[in-house]
Amino acid sequence: MSEARITWIGGPVLRARMTGSFSVYEAVSVGPRRLLGEVIQLKGEELVAQVYEDTTGLEPGDAVAGSGRALSVKLGPGLLGGIFDGLLRPLTGTDDFQIQAGLGSGAAGRFRFVPQANAGATLETGAILGAVAAAREQLILVPPGVAGRLEWLAAEGEYGEDEVIARLVGENGKTHEVAMRHPWPVRTPRPVRARLPASAPMITGQRILDTLFPVARGGRAALPGGFGTGKTVLQEALAKWCDADVIVYVGCGERGNEMAEVLDEFPQLEDPRTGRPLAERTVIIANTSNMPVAAREASIYTAISVAEYFRDQGLHVALMADSTSRWAEALREVSGRLGELPGEAGYPAYLSSRLAEFYERAARVTTLGGKEGSVTIIGAVSPPAGDFSEPVTLHTKRYVRCFWALDRQRAQARFYPAIHPLLSYSADADALAEWWKHSGGNPDWITQRQRVLSLLEQQAHLERMARIVGRDALPAQQQLKLLCADLVNDGFLRQSSFSKVDRYCSPGRQAAMISVLLAFMDRAEAAVQSGVAPARIAELPVVRQLQRLGEEYGEGDLRKLSQLPHQLDYEFDSLHTVAANVR
Amino acid sequence: MFADLLLEGAVTRIEGPLLFAKRAARVGLNSAVEVVGNDGGTRLGRIAALDEQSMVIEVLQSTTGLDLAGTRVRLRPEPLLFGVGPNLLGRIFDSVGRPIDGGPPVSARARMRIEGLAINPSWRALPRDFIETGVSTIDLLNSLVRGQKLPLFSAGGLPHDRLATQIAQRARLRGGKSEEFAVVFAGMGVPHDTAEQFRRAMESSGALGHTVLFLNLADEPGMQRLLTPRYALTAAEYLAFVEGRHVLVVLTDMTNYCEALREVSASHGEIPGRKGYPGYMYSDLAALYERAGCIRGRPGTLTQLPILTMPGDDIGHPIPDLTGYITEGQIVLDRELDRKGIYPPIKVLPSLSRLMDSGIGEGYTDADHPALAHQLFAAYARAMRVRTLASVMGEQGLPDADRKFLEFGARFEEQFVNQAASRTLEESMQSGWDVLRGLPHNELARLSDAQIRKHLEEPAHA
Repeated sequence: MSEARITWIGGPVLRARMTGSFSVYEAVSVGPRRLLGEVIQLKGEELVAQVYEDTTGLEPGDAVAGSGRALSVKLGPGLLGGIFDGLLRPLTGTDDFQIQAGLGSGAAGRFRFVPQANAGATLETGAILGAVAAAREQLILVPPGVAGRLEWLAAEGEYGEDEVIARLVGENGKTHEVAMRHPWPVRTPRPVRARLPASAPMITGQRILDTLFPVARGGRAALPGGFGTGKTVLQEALAKWCDADVIVYVGCGERGNEMAEVLDEFPQLEDPRTGRPLAERTVIIANTSNMPVAAREASIYTAISVAEYFRDQGLHVALMADSTSRWAEALREVSGRLGELPGEAGYPAYLSSRLAEFYERAARVTTLGGKEGSVTIIGAVSPPAGDFSEPVTLHTKRYVRCFWALDRQRAQARFYPAIHPLLSYSADADALAEWWKHSGGNPDWITQRQRVLSLLEQQAHLERMARIVGRDALPAQQQLKLLCADLVNDGFLRQSSFSKVDRYCSPGRQAAMISVLLAFMDRAEAAVQSGVAPARIAELPVVRQLQRLGEEYGEGDLRKLSQLPHQLDYEFDSLHTVAANVR
Repeated sequence: MFADLLLEGAVTRIEGPLLFAKRAARVGLNSAVEVVGNDGGTRLGRIAALDEQSMVIEVLQSTTGLDLAGTRVRLRPEPLLFGVGPNLLGRIFDSVGRPIDGGPPVSARARMRIEGLAINPSWRALPRDFIETGVSTIDLLNSLVRGQKLPLFSAGGLPHDRLATQIAQRARLRGGKSEEFAVVFAGMGVPHDTAEQFRRAMESSGALGHTVLFLNLADEPGMQRLLTPRYALTAAEYLAFVEGRHVLVVLTDMTNYCEALREVSASHGEIPGRKGYPGYMYSDLAALYERAGCIRGRPGTLTQLPILTMPGDDIGHPIPDLTGYITEGQIVLDRELDRKGIYPPIKVLPSLSRLMDSGIGEGYTDADHPALAHQLFAAYARAMRVRTLASVMGEQGLPDADRKFLEFGARFEEQFVNQAASRTLEESMQSGWDVLRGLPHNELARLSDAQIRKHLEEPAHA
């Protein structure tokens, strides 16, 4: 391996004189504690590297050893259920509660391997070699860059993650040894056979998302919001209840206590579809705000590589990145140290292309092994002072298909999720109407969605008017519109992540709820047309039930919920009778 | 290890806070140095950058009076450390951890890095212990839990010091369990009288023996203001995680800290970010705030109550903005309420406690606590909207329900937010139910029918 000697060091950046050759983005280990770093520039005899850990104590003359490889992480069956730092080094199993520099890259786990291929067969990249029986079954595939005739495959039994379990001979006669885990350079997307268009939604269990602003499997969504608007709570709710097979949760420059919350809750919560603890389908990558900045920059790439690794097994993966703004700031900080020319708001000029590279790694694909898999990215954005016109939000907007804008006013009234229905959008909606028709059990979804959106649009307009002339001065039809909009907000869009009844809402319940609300709208409009005052409608007992629809009718009450339209009919009918009697 | 060396005549250039010197001995990055001037004064510093021939020393105190020939540099073999021990309690220190109360030096049981190390997230325990502060708007609506960092966003002239002192005096677990506790007060750029008032308040409540003060007074150079919270938090970490106490750290005023950060960054010639503050201010603040928490298997906790004054009363200013992104909520003080004579003048709507939901409700405080809090927030938000409306078209133009919300808004501020004496959580909840009475029940969407029956329909308690 090539070596270099430090000639200058300041903060996390160092310069070193090389003996032997280094390449750009090569991983290096620095000094006696073997701190992890990465080459970022080469000029003449000298290299410039950034170090991912605390550089205290390093001095000129210390050694910088090359690894011959770009910054890589080891992907294998030991990832699920674990918590790692931004460079995929396990955070569990340390003796000290504080993180010391020079964290180890983690001992290999042992797993029971069950072969599923036959020696002598010719295997393509991505073909199945076998499976491991961990908490959940995972496939071991022929890794990227390897293909050929399977010379030897290990028998069923327990093996270490780095032990050779298969030997393949490629076309050029080269022998490849394959272990259960393999290194992967994080900045390179993993290969696929084909990218597929959006077809099915990722069901999140959040009504405002699934019904109004759905994200497709393999889609990309941004979640911008000022502090205190509920980004993290919503990200966590999605991580808990969305119908992905594997969740990769990356806490990038965020709070330590939030990670503690995830670690505390996930093992206790059950996946509503499998009944297994949620922790078993989750990989947590934690690079909290007080951990080194350079590693924060890498953590996003680490996370997406892990997500792609599971996608390649034919799984649907959701990646929650909280927050991409901290990642962009890390880019800015490192760029500043290198003396690069700053662009908008001090961010480097390549911010936009880096964001594009990251979001483009989300997709629904046919894997090399011929299966369908997907990576869906949900990236939180933390704009300074909640201003959506800052560079990170603007550039992110160019590359995502769903924009879930969080609103401070809603959050202050503790109206959660505080997604603003008029600022948010989903470009995937039309592509997903077919799914709702055939698999979601709601053929009217696209028209219902349109009705709700236009009602909310009218509400904003009417409220502006009511502010000038007073609510009572509006025509009866318009007063009714405002009443219905309030009901949709309270009874449907509001959903508490902390309520045991309402934290998850199945597509079936969503469809039933929206149908009841729209039925109410129809009956109420007819009633107003025949001369009933909107104030009388507001006093109907059913209104209070509709206000609390989410809280009062849980997943087990779907039958009760389907009775509600009858009660509605009854109450409206009696309205007419009373009206007739008076007449 | 390298030796503890004294270099003479090595300094070649002095530029603001930076000292350039010949690297005449082996020394590592971030090592502590003592710079001794001709005037005999000792200044702390650290090695900021190194190359083969020279080193850059960042002096963390004033460089006034240093010259090239007479300045001596003592190299320490380790980063800046603070000697901590059990007899820290009851003492007063300056911004760099030297006693200024005339007492003897602290006998150190351990020497800890003032920069601290990041807490491993997998070792953190989720903060869950509800702290009763006696303030309704905090206890009921924005509950504080042990291990949380909850800042007070204030502005010049508002009673944030009084509120912080009150919380420091009262903050106990419910049920009056007496446990080992301690208060660490870090004053950054505070006037003498603020520091003295805090000391006297703690003395009068008999808690001075459990209090450690770190004082960087307003007339001291800004540079060492950056060190004050680091020494204070190192002491707090020792008291919490070594001695097992429940430590409350009051950091005041973070705005002065950030100003010092900007000053130092400018003198280093760094590219400024928003409003001239350095781009790394988020990371720098996080390095302080993230030192709060609970650790699995350790009895002590570290809770932070930073105070900052929002420049120009602007919550979007980088200092409150970045703080809000790191801390677990914020308590916002409001000038308008203060002018109305309401104490504590806490502006409820923008205030928030993120860890509240893990520390309240069934099994923690009261089963109806979360619903009541949410209903009060929702009703008050509506009251505020109606108030704006009423200011445009007058109260007469309002529908009946809206008028009731308007009355609720006034009741809420005068009876619930305003409090003459501290209240227990039960008293706060009772007050909360009381002010809700009078609102039409069909508008209370956050309460269940059972909750309405139980608390609002039965006759009010005497």
